Amino acid sequence: MQKNAYFKGLTIPLLLLLPQLAITIVFFYWPASQAVWQSFLLEDAFGTSTEFVWFENYTELFSRPEYFKAFVNTVIFSSFVCVLSLSIALLFAVMADRQIRGAEVYKTLLIWPYAVAPAVAGVLWLFMFDPSLGMLARGLQSLGIAWNPRLNGNHAMLLVILAATWKQISYNFLFFLAGLQAIPKSVIEAAVIDGARPMRRFWTIVFPLLSPTTFFLLTVNIVYVFFDTFGIIDTVTGGGPSGATQTLVYKVWADGKGGTDLGGSAAQSVILLVMVIGMTAIQFRFIERKVSY
Amino acid sequence: MTFQSRLVLSTALLTAAWSMPAMAQTEIQWWHAMTGANNDVVVKLAEDFNASQKEYKVVPAYKGSYADALNAGIAAFRAGNAPHILQVFEVGTATMMSAKGAIKPVADVMKDAGEKFDPKSYLPAITGYYSTTKGDMLSFPFNSSSMVMWYNKDALKKAGLPEAPPKTWPEVFEAAKKLKAAGYDKCGFSTAWTTWANIEQLGAWHNVPVGTKANGFDGVDTEFKINSDLFVKHLTNLVELQKDKTFDYSGRTNTGEGRFTSGECPIFLTSSAFFGNVNANAKFAWANAPMPYYPDVQGAPQNSIIGGASLWVMGGKKADEYKGVAKFFNFLSDVDRQVKLHTESGYLPITKAAYEKVKASGFYKDKPYLETPLLELNNKEPTDNSRGVRFGGLVQIRDIWSEEIEAALNGQKSPKAAMDAANERGNQALRQFERTASR
Repeated sequence: MQKNAYFKGLTIPLLLLLPQLAITIVFFYWPASQAVWQSFLLEDAFGTSTEFVWFENYTELFSRPEYFKAFVNTVIFSSFVCVLSLSIALLFAVMADRQIRGAEVYKTLLIWPYAVAPAVAGVLWLFMFDPSLGMLARGLQSLGIAWNPRLNGNHAMLLVILAATWKQISYNFLFFLAGLQAIPKSVIEAAVIDGARPMRRFWTIVFPLLSPTTFFLLTVNIVYVFFDTFGIIDTVTGGGPSGATQTLVYKVWADGKGGTDLGGSAAQSVILLVMVIGMTAIQFRFIERKVSY
Repeated sequence: MTFQSRLVLSTALLTAAWSMPAMAQTEIQWWHAMTGANNDVVVKLAEDFNASQKEYKVVPAYKGSYADALNAGIAAFRAGNAPHILQVFEVGTATMMSAKGAIKPVADVMKDAGEKFDPKSYLPAITGYYSTTKGDMLSFPFNSSSMVMWYNKDALKKAGLPEAPPKTWPEVFEAAKKLKAAGYDKCGFSTAWTTWANIEQLGAWHNVPVGTKANGFDGVDTEFKINSDLFVKHLTNLVELQKDKTFDYSGRTNTGEGRFTSGECPIFLTSSAFFGNVNANAKFAWANAPMPYYPDVQGAPQNSIIGGASLWVMGGKKADEYKGVAKFFNFLSDVDRQVKLHTESGYLPITKAAYEKVKASGFYKDKPYLETPLLELNNKEPTDNSRGVRFGGLVQIRDIWSEEIEAALNGQKSPKAAMDAANERGNQALRQFERTASR
């Protein structure tokens, strides 16, 4: 006798899908469509006068050098944060995966920073590196380094990169560690018998077997640097000095909230949305091919 | 209890609950952005008003920072449930007044409610910022302050400087150099609120326009004039002194104020409302003085402008509710209440009578630092250049200006190029605002 493991008709499947669909529509498609609509409007803050201006908000945006600067900042910021947080987390995971005394303690301690809210992480780093108050800033100054993120754009960028990386390492660490523990010991033991040294074992066996985890983390990290680092930037530098740490998502907020320029802000978020969709698509299309599940 | 009796009981309860609001007082929602001790002031004012009469009940609600409160008010208006009273910071003035229908001018509120209201009893230097050029009050000044120069008396003594604080900018620069030589080598002098200090107040204090059309008071078709000599010269001085930290930049807002109380920066320009903080945290002898000026600018010093926030009355409410708002504003204007608010919280009094009363009481002999901002504001009759600034989108424009000032201070641009760019980019923002506001 054959078992029927599927439902006949469409009603029950649709009903079962409905809650998920409703959530997606209400919390994603509806606001996103509102943003698209808003990006074609020129409006005062209170919405008492509205004009449909087609693509003017977009052309306006692309005529501003600040927007391109924010774009370049985003590329620099995202690549540094992604590369640093992924590679440092991988290093930590490989180290913690060994048979060492107190490994559990290390693991727990390494996971803790993930429980810190981005804004709080920002404040922590600000306190350490504030040129007037910060302990570490004083250390740098006593070494003769004119550390001043209030005015030096490179210092400010370095500071937000460090804070954003620190915040993300624990998350990446957690997944890398789980990934490492899922690699069968027998494969590695076989390599040892064949005479492969640790570095070679890592690059030819461990790293390829970790690729699904790495790929997943890459996608998640890109979304993280694009959208979730806003709180860190806001508390540490406020986008300054002179726009040196203003990323695309920070600019969306600054123009929309501070400047009550809703149309321009909406246009920016639509562009950001398209960019992230595009990047995710590229990742799945091209990088995923190299992933061995 | 039977089902029926339960039904009867619950129906009765429901009906009672239903009819409650009709018998209750008229509620006046007041959204504000005050924290800490200032929040207590707000709550206390509402409680006192509610206890003083039975018809109306003012309900204060904290809505976050100034920008948060403004955005909450905007979102609530769009959703059709705006509060009656919204506290908005001074830079949001143009945004509020251009939103026709979203707000009701205070002058109209008072007139329609038939409440006693004499615009002449208020201090023009304060209400002028929130009034039309004809003198009709648009919003009700609540917490006002101005910018003053705070200085560390001990540091001045240590550097061998005279006890009297420097009066002019050249004197401040000289004093800062001596302070630097005396060990204050990380920061001789500095300012909080970069653009408020170095553009808006600088312009008013020297009777030099920040923008055309009386700094925007006469229309939204105003244009900036901040690349004129005064602003470029001042920024050039700051850039030069930044090189060896005789001046050291302290950020766009007031987050750098701790550099004064910690003793790092002995001369610091910021709001007069900073006094509570100084009082609590500074472990040295301190005082404040009027802002410095350039003696070669004719007519300087003129008068300073205010900062802080005012109370806006939102549109589309019932006549009865407006009457309550009007009564509340009259309650706030009461002489003794203003005296108490001023002497306890440090906010500037808004009526002439309150100021005179505090002066007569000799209060300023002990606490001269509370009178400094009033002396600055009333220094001369305000002109078109010193009544205040009213530019749409000023919150965003301040960020643009700060960006350019920072670019000059870190050597990316010359002071002239930075002020040209600040002017140009500011004008772009003004034109955008003009389009949404003039229709």
